[in-house]
Amino acid sequence: MIGAIAALLLMQLAGTLLVQFLRLPLPGPVLGMFLLFALLAWRRQVPEALSRTAQTLLENLSLLFVPAGVGIIAHWHEVAGQAGRIAVVLVLGAAITLAATAWTLHWLLARARTRGLQD
Amino acid sequence: MRLNAIWVYLADQPLLWLALTVTLFWLARRLYLAVGGLALCNPVLVSIAAIVGLLLLSGTDYQTYFDGAQFIHFLLGPATVALAVPLVQQLPVLRRSLAPLSLALLVGALTGILSTVALCWLLGVDARTLLALLPRSITTPIAMGVSEQIGASAELTVVFVVITGVLGAAFGVPLLGRLMRKDPVAGGFALGVTSHGIGTARAFEVNAQAGAFAGLGMGLNGALTAILIPLLVWLLGL
Repeated sequence: MIGAIAALLLMQLAGTLLVQFLRLPLPGPVLGMFLLFALLAWRRQVPEALSRTAQTLLENLSLLFVPAGVGIIAHWHEVAGQAGRIAVVLVLGAAITLAATAWTLHWLLARARTRGLQD
Repeated sequence: MRLNAIWVYLADQPLLWLALTVTLFWLARRLYLAVGGLALCNPVLVSIAAIVGLLLLSGTDYQTYFDGAQFIHFLLGPATVALAVPLVQQLPVLRRSLAPLSLALLVGALTGILSTVALCWLLGVDARTLLALLPRSITTPIAMGVSEQIGASAELTVVFVVITGVLGAAFGVPLLGRLMRKDPVAGGFALGVTSHGIGTARAFEVNAQAGAFAGLGMGLNGALTAILIPLLVWLLGL
């Protein structure tokens, strides 16, 4: 487990340093994710310990949102005046995104399947 | 009098708010399971509401709270890196349907960002709030990184991210209707792209295939949107 944690932290560190020095438009941990993805795809297998540690961390991912979410208390005055309008943006935006993504993929997959049958 | 002295001592310790955050989240998750996964009882929303209530009641400021809670907050970095693991486990599927998935991902990511910009402009939401709203469809660790990078408020973004997750989980499946049963791959992927981890958890309740593709959609959209948003902010001069 310690090895897996070391691997995750080292990838985060590498990502953060690269973003800093190359001035990339990405958060450091995201680049760390790409680095780990590339490394694991190249190795063609995920070490058992890393798989278990990642699973534990991701199963409890929602807990990690809480401290920053409580920050609404410090920012409430910014949104209080336009809460209704923001709610409309959140609801309509999510519905449009969901429908557009689902129907696009459904249509493309169906088309690929029909083409596969014809070939 | 004695009780007051204990409170004064505890309130100064980072341990108090760290312990309360973990405990309240644990209780909120038990509540969520007890009510059969009712979306409005989402454990993130419930524990945030409970802690906000406690802070207001005790007159504690956010900085004092965060001194303790930052130890949990810090784990978002390693958790983001860990998203590479389920992603690499979907590698064979990814290779097989690469073109349809990429195109649907691009449509989803662009629709998410552009619908937010358009709706905010239409309704007259201010620019600072618009920036905080932009990364709302992507998983929290990435959304926070993006939010900080474009100069928005990361805390505000997290609130929008959680609300978007709960909306997708609550209304996603009914909204997609027949399609969700006919094509769980497309339905699951769309849930992950739109409402990240909370949507992915919901997709797993539909079936395992929908869940796997939701996880894939969440990971890919996190990566793509992290690149698209700073680019669009720069292009649109926001």
